[in-house]
Amino acid sequence: MGVDMDWFKKKKGISTSAEKKSLPDGLWIKCNKCGEIIYRSQLQARMNVCPKCDYHFRVSSKEYVQYLFDENSFQEFNAHIAPGDPLKFKDTKKYSDRLKAAQKKTGLLDAVITGEAAVTGYPVIGAVMDFNFIGGSMGSVVGEKIARAIDRAREQRKPLIIVSASGGARMMEAALSLMQLAKTSAKLSQLAEAKVPYISILLDPTTGGTTASFAMLGDIIIAEPGALVGFAGQRVIKQTIGQDLPEGFQTAEFVLEHGFIDLIVHRQEMRTTVGKILDLIWGQNNASEPTTETSAKS
Amino acid sequence: MLKKHFRIVFDFEKPVVELEKKIIEMEEYARETGINLNDDLKRLTRKAEALRKEIYSKLTPWQRVQLARHPDRPYTLDYVKRIFTDFVELHGDRYYADDPAIVAGMAKLNGQPVVIVGHQKGRDVKENLYRNFGMPHPEGYRKALRVMKLGAKFGMPIFSFLDTPGAYPGIGAEERGQAEAIARNLFEMSHLPVPIVITVIGEGASGGALGIGVGDVILMLENCWYSVISPEGCAAILWRDNSKAPLAAEAMKLTAKDLYEMGVIDRIIKEPAGGAHWDPDGAAEILKGELIKEMERLQKLDPRELVNLRVEKFSKMGYWIEKNGKSTSKKEKKKK
Repeated sequence: MGVDMDWFKKKKGISTSAEKKSLPDGLWIKCNKCGEIIYRSQLQARMNVCPKCDYHFRVSSKEYVQYLFDENSFQEFNAHIAPGDPLKFKDTKKYSDRLKAAQKKTGLLDAVITGEAAVTGYPVIGAVMDFNFIGGSMGSVVGEKIARAIDRAREQRKPLIIVSASGGARMMEAALSLMQLAKTSAKLSQLAEAKVPYISILLDPTTGGTTASFAMLGDIIIAEPGALVGFAGQRVIKQTIGQDLPEGFQTAEFVLEHGFIDLIVHRQEMRTTVGKILDLIWGQNNASEPTTETSAKS
Repeated sequence: MLKKHFRIVFDFEKPVVELEKKIIEMEEYARETGINLNDDLKRLTRKAEALRKEIYSKLTPWQRVQLARHPDRPYTLDYVKRIFTDFVELHGDRYYADDPAIVAGMAKLNGQPVVIVGHQKGRDVKENLYRNFGMPHPEGYRKALRVMKLGAKFGMPIFSFLDTPGAYPGIGAEERGQAEAIARNLFEMSHLPVPIVITVIGEGASGGALGIGVGDVILMLENCWYSVISPEGCAAILWRDNSKAPLAAEAMKLTAKDLYEMGVIDRIIKEPAGGAHWDPDGAAEILKGELIKEMERLQKLDPRELVNLRVEKFSKMGYWIEKNGKSTSKKEKKKK
């Protein structure tokens, strides 16, 4: 059970038939920012970053796992946790149908994958969200899988890395989604008490309840260049204040300038940067097996 | 306990309000003319009571949302005045500003020093502009946290009252870290070593409400709503039509009864017949008893245990299926 792990063995930059299936637009792609026409395999070799303007394309969780973690190091856990439809929610569509469509489209059961992995040799616990799954929204499954990843990081004393790409809490699970903010934040307070580091990485976009919980609670918070990072939706703000929003509002650069994230890192440098940070805050604990509080650390 | 003035009368309230008006007219007539109408008045008053009970016992979710927003509904300071003594309001987050959309302070409950935080709406236009309609900026959450930490430092139980249409969506709020402020409160409130009693007294809109809503026990007055987004917001996004808010209210299961069944709240607090706005004193009296009871119960727990139970409480919330579990595979079969 769980997601197809074949993608995992793929070499970077080599386009396979499976990849072509998820990118049906042909061999060429136009940059959303500068309009440059880019050869798709060239784009993939550059981790989906525009060679001309450095625009960071949105990527799937599976792709980001390849970029961030050491090759073949990601071992997924809790892949069996699936969403239900607790409210029997229906708007113009049934929630259960939306779930099925999203599962078919992404090959995922819900909007996050969690696993044991390594970054530049450091064992870590990783959680990577997927914006393609109902806007990366956080319902019960996302909250629960992240909560369990936090527990595992605490129990095994491995640094936690959560990669967010999410519009916020999932409306179709209503109050239950909202409570996942409290759940994940409460778990993070236990992780902090255990003095295990947590690095939060923000991709485009990270907004709403995701930002208002674990995404903003990292010991270190890193964003990709140009990522949308904020709380309220831009349309809502515009309606409320009745005026246009300033240029660059709610970008990674904007939140950095206002003091809410530590640094902005290019996708191709993310792994080495995270490795450097781990080296500094976790280096002395590097070789440690799961330890108890009383045992000496090497 | 009749109310003489109704600033807003909802459609579903009309029959009972009409009757109330009639009673008031008859009282005046009796006073002016000296004619004894006591028997008739008694009969009509009983009838009005019964009618009110009947109407309010079967409200739709959307009608509850409207009641939760009733402009005569008691707000945080109305309850503080009636439930606590010796209230000292404390201002400011010590970083940027004082946010009047959240009130914070110290007081006594049943003689015991406590800390109070809560969203605060305004009664009229002027006051609402000052209170920003109960929609906090980041400094509101930071003020609340500062005062709650004060409570934790000196061993004072914390009482938080939720009543907001949402955290304010504005440029300044984003610049000053609305998301960070809420996230920080969730993180910190989950391990403050004193009892935290949460009461939803009106509107519980999303992170804006939850930002002062993590505690050991979650109480909810019966005519309130609490969810991930307002019904209008939900309708605008999922139906692309604000006017579908009543449908959204239905779908979101946002009433006290729904939330109790989902395990999001611990207890529903009864309001006087017709809702808290018909009888604020009565509503406060009922709530006061519950708050004292919860405080006394929680104070018996060791702080360490209290915090563990609090984290555990929120850890249990949600609904998911373990695909390898036995019960689930049965469910899967049924579906097929």
